[in-house]
Amino acid sequence: MLRSILNRLLGMIVVMALVVTIVFVIVRVTPGDPAAVMLGPDATAADIASLRTRLGLDAPMPVQFGRYILGVVQGDFGQSIFLNQPVTTALAQRAEPTFFLTVFSLLIATVIALPVGILSAYWRGSLFDQAATTLAMFAASVPSFWLGLLFIRFFAVRLGWFDTSGYGGPGASFAERLNHLVLPALALGLVSSALITRFTRASMLDVLNDDYVRTARSKGMSERRVVMKHAFKNALIPILTVIGLTAALLISGAVVTETVFGLPGVGSLVVSAVLRRDYPVIQGALLVIAGLYVLVNFAIDMLYLAVDPRVRY
Amino acid sequence: MAAISVPVHQEPNILSRLLGRPTSAIGLAILVLIALAAILAPVIAPYAPAKLSIASRLDPPSMAHLFGTDDLGRDVFTRMLYAARTSLAVGLAVVVFASIIGIVLGLMAGFFRKLDAPVSRLIDAMMAFPDILLAIALVAALGATAVNVIIALGIVYAPRLARVVRASTLVIRELPYVEAARALGIPTPIILVRHVLRNVTSPILVQGTFIFANAILAEAGLSFLGVGISPSIPTWGTMIAVGRQYMDQAGWMMMFPGAAIVITVLALQLVGDGLRDLLDPRLAKDI
Repeated sequence: MLRSILNRLLGMIVVMALVVTIVFVIVRVTPGDPAAVMLGPDATAADIASLRTRLGLDAPMPVQFGRYILGVVQGDFGQSIFLNQPVTTALAQRAEPTFFLTVFSLLIATVIALPVGILSAYWRGSLFDQAATTLAMFAASVPSFWLGLLFIRFFAVRLGWFDTSGYGGPGASFAERLNHLVLPALALGLVSSALITRFTRASMLDVLNDDYVRTARSKGMSERRVVMKHAFKNALIPILTVIGLTAALLISGAVVTETVFGLPGVGSLVVSAVLRRDYPVIQGALLVIAGLYVLVNFAIDMLYLAVDPRVRY
Repeated sequence: MAAISVPVHQEPNILSRLLGRPTSAIGLAILVLIALAAILAPVIAPYAPAKLSIASRLDPPSMAHLFGTDDLGRDVFTRMLYAARTSLAVGLAVVVFASIIGIVLGLMAGFFRKLDAPVSRLIDAMMAFPDILLAIALVAALGATAVNVIIALGIVYAPRLARVVRASTLVIRELPYVEAARALGIPTPIILVRHVLRNVTSPILVQGTFIFANAILAEAGLSFLGVGISPSIPTWGTMIAVGRQYMDQAGWMMMFPGAAIVITVLALQLVGDGLRDLLDPRLAKDI
């Protein structure tokens, strides 16, 4: 057990080190001088030289890499060029809308996907199953940003039920903020529910034919108990895995959805950073989000270890 | 050596078997139709894609303009046909590029024991980045051109393919005919191409179809955000981005390109599901 945990921990550290390296390399693949690219065509040679010094780009590559690693380990992701503040501060200030958007989207996706997936597997081949599988496939084909635009057009503009964009003023109440989050969370949640539905259905199908389910039935247990207590409980681990990974993927979906709904979150921060070529912000956001994904993966592996003694890493 | 010929014998039947499944047949028919519309765009488009007509700006759908006109009076249907060319070409190029990187990485990791751990960790690290986010960062670094969007998305999706190729290669590596080929002194590159790669084509084909679908969605997302292909080139994503500004007056500008994305991606998923069920029944129950 301890050996498995240590093995997995070591694996996670190696992957994190590679993630940091990839993030470092991405900016260095910029054709030409990154400082010149960031400042645009109107920049003077002196401005470019000054930015190069500020970003440490004038040092040899191994030194740059060493400094970068040292900074990351200490939680210092550098300074945003355009916001004139540390990247960590910029990310922290924008974290709230992204956090709530992700949580609400995941909640919506799970509330839809679990019952639909379970019933779809239970009534395999029925009209309900066919409709659910088709709908899930359809939902997975819809770009979340387009669905968001349709929602704005219908629910915000035509019906006037919700605000079209933004996150309320600085002193807005939680209810006001919630009002701004309903449509983006719905757009993102509906699209994400497809994957969870399909996995729930597949996991349930796997266990519904197992011996212990048959035994539970033969003991005269009610169908509800058989499905929920015996089958679902055993199908839960792969379902939890996909829910965990969907949470990490939702952050990616948030990048586009936040832009559609004008939410001032990490996603819109990244997009504006790309348009302004504010590389330290892009790097910082990439690191934090990829780091979260690696952590979620690690947590899932630990969960497997905790509940299934057969699992070894 | 008889084992090698098994999948090869199956190949001629794949299309007919795919057509035998109603959902896959519908998907395939839609894809063929969209591909034909894209290829024949100059012939079937009623107008030139850049033809301006200020007099008929933001005209709703009519017999003259099937899907209406845009803010510059250009025919939306015509532009959608041309956009299909770019969107499909980018999607297909991403699949090819991702396949090249993914196959090389997957074969290396799966066939050579010493390379497995480092390559697999690299694949894990690459997959830690959400697809759109990594693509945005790469396009930001490389520059927003169609070729760079293809390179970025190719890099983003290559690890998925690499994982599939690695998993299959690990199994094939241990099969007797590979051992026999080795014993006969056949050079490793030839074993890799002739004996291993040939037998992992099924999972590559299945995964490639899903990557195609994802690439179309991702390209549309990048173009919509203004960090992908230049807005002057019609793609379904750029058309939605422009249409968004006129959402209240001319909803058709963003409705139709969005619907085109949904239909194309859905068709690809139907075909991908069918291929997976036919070629890789072990995976069929997973998703």
